[in-house]
Amino acid sequence: MSGSEKINVKVSKIVLLNDLVTRFEFKRIDGELFPTFSGGAHTIVEMKDGGITRRNPYSLMSDPMDQHSYAISVRRDDEGRGGSLFMHNNVKVSDDMVLSYPVNLFSLDLRAKKHLMIAGGIGITPFMAQIKQLDRSHGNWELHYSARSPSLSAYADDLVSMHPNDVHMYYDSENKSIDLENLLDGQPLGTHLYICGPKGMIDWAVGQAVNLGWPNEVIHYEEFLAPKPGKPFQVMLSASNKLVSVGETESLLEAIEREGVDAPYLCRGGACGQCETVVIEAEGEFIHMDHWLEDKEKLSRKKIMPCVSRFDGKTLVLDR
Amino acid sequence: MTIQFNDETFRGAYTFKNSEWALKRFPFPFHEDSYMYSVNMEQHKGGPAGSIYEKRFDVDEHYLSEMRDRAEVLKEDPLRCQSLPNMTLAGWDLLELIMVSKSEDYPDMFELQRKGDKWRWINKPMGIDDSFTFLDEATLPFGPMEYITRQTQGDFVVLDQRDENLWMDAGMVTTQADWSLDFDIGMNFFEWHAPVPKAHEMGIFVRALKFLLNVQQGAPARRLNWTMTVNPLLDTSPENYHKWGTQKRTITANNIGEKQHLRVELQTFFRLPRSNALVFPIRCYLASFDDLMTVPKWGRRLHRVIRDLPEELATYKGFIDNRPMMLDYLSKFDDGKPTSNGIWPDRETEPLRD
Repeated sequence: MSGSEKINVKVSKIVLLNDLVTRFEFKRIDGELFPTFSGGAHTIVEMKDGGITRRNPYSLMSDPMDQHSYAISVRRDDEGRGGSLFMHNNVKVSDDMVLSYPVNLFSLDLRAKKHLMIAGGIGITPFMAQIKQLDRSHGNWELHYSARSPSLSAYADDLVSMHPNDVHMYYDSENKSIDLENLLDGQPLGTHLYICGPKGMIDWAVGQAVNLGWPNEVIHYEEFLAPKPGKPFQVMLSASNKLVSVGETESLLEAIEREGVDAPYLCRGGACGQCETVVIEAEGEFIHMDHWLEDKEKLSRKKIMPCVSRFDGKTLVLDR
Repeated sequence: MTIQFNDETFRGAYTFKNSEWALKRFPFPFHEDSYMYSVNMEQHKGGPAGSIYEKRFDVDEHYLSEMRDRAEVLKEDPLRCQSLPNMTLAGWDLLELIMVSKSEDYPDMFELQRKGDKWRWINKPMGIDDSFTFLDEATLPFGPMEYITRQTQGDFVVLDQRDENLWMDAGMVTTQADWSLDFDIGMNFFEWHAPVPKAHEMGIFVRALKFLLNVQQGAPARRLNWTMTVNPLLDTSPENYHKWGTQKRTITANNIGEKQHLRVELQTFFRLPRSNALVFPIRCYLASFDDLMTVPKWGRRLHRVIRDLPEELATYKGFIDNRPMMLDYLSKFDDGKPTSNGIWPDRETEPLRD
């Protein structure tokens, strides 16, 4: 079986946080306890959207110690392929849904003397769980959270009122941005840096840290790539002998699954490497979107990550 | 209680013995008549009733004696149990995993009561009844990992996962096949496997690491590994090599069947939820050649495997000098007849030996 173990849940609560972000809370249908998890973990939410099954990863943002419910926060993406729109428009309280067991690709390095967190927008969610985890073990952390405006900064009020000395807010609407160079410069030895937010922010923050001589081992980031919509294309699955059409708003992986071919996956966001697939033949352009394959692997045209990447051309044959 | 525990020793007079029940469920590690490394992983999700695969943490007739042996090893050498400061949460994870598993799998022997973070743990075979506060080290007599692994058979290595690698940052290691936690502590996956011959060239470790990094919560994995041990010694550590290494020279044609033991490790892998660390329990099972030869299939197969094993592996596993004597003994139990696939005894289907 692909992916991790599954949990059948009911939507127990839906909270509109602002114009873009909604929190969904879940209870287990079988009445058992949820597995505990580590801060930074995500779950894959399965959505039955008409004929297709969408599977989107969302960071767990509830307290890792709370085994009675899980919570995620979903930002509506009007230009996306429809997963977040489905969550916002179609999911109702007491709906049955399926979650995966937690998987953590963004865990805390517990050797750190200090955890320095940089959040952008909805990138706040994994830090919500990490902060709860660290508070329980008296961990040393500090959050710098940047959002478009006060009205679009999910959880900022709670965070600031509970941790007035550890949470620092920056709003585009007030022309305030994180002075990263100064911030990094003043950190004690043993500080680890964590970044979650849009790609531009991650590149900027990682770049700054590297330029200032921070070793790779202390720089952690998570960027979930939502698979982007794109031009439809066809793919030949060689091992299962199937010709599959990939629609505009579905990912290559989803199209493979739709045809009943069991393909490996874990994060569905281009990060974990599980779905790496061998390309047998290709005539056309690869649209690599993942951050798993090395640049030279991408250039080799021999591998593709079907969870987020696409293809534009005449022929694509995969070993699947 | 359903298990009759042996009163036996793994040192001195070596009174260790396997009952017929224990031998029947012994994890004979060869599924075919030859052996080479492979990433022979499978899901650790139960197994045939009564087999060592059935429960998450197998408890058998050697339980109490093994725990006594562990306590003696630790008394002489406390460094067999170490936990770097970043691994305390993983230690609690392990305590929780074992307590929950054992109380669910063996309710007649183990009981766990939880009210929030107030926990009560009852281990009937060992006569333990402790109440403590979960995540508060001050309420336990040892650190959480040491506390629970003093009550659980097998070695435990707790691996931190970071930088796309696994780091041996904690462990309880007293029943090991000639390796040292004190030496390996803090090393990464490739560093501590450096001494293993051939497997690096075969790309085994790169693939194994990739597999292990992806072991998920709720989906533990397992494999078997094996070596040879003269006398039923649990503690074959480099620290004590001067005590047990020389015993390899005590083998004679007359005593080999009784003294030579096949040592099998059931290695399992669990993702630890709160810390995202990985725990690697290594459970050691011993069986003497004489006992193994009572199963015709195992007699035939063990001879063929040992005979055809590459020299580097026999050297690495420490029995190259004794191999000729082993083969003299084992060849008497190999009549050349075919064997069935798989590791189980198959007493019903295997041809009887002449």
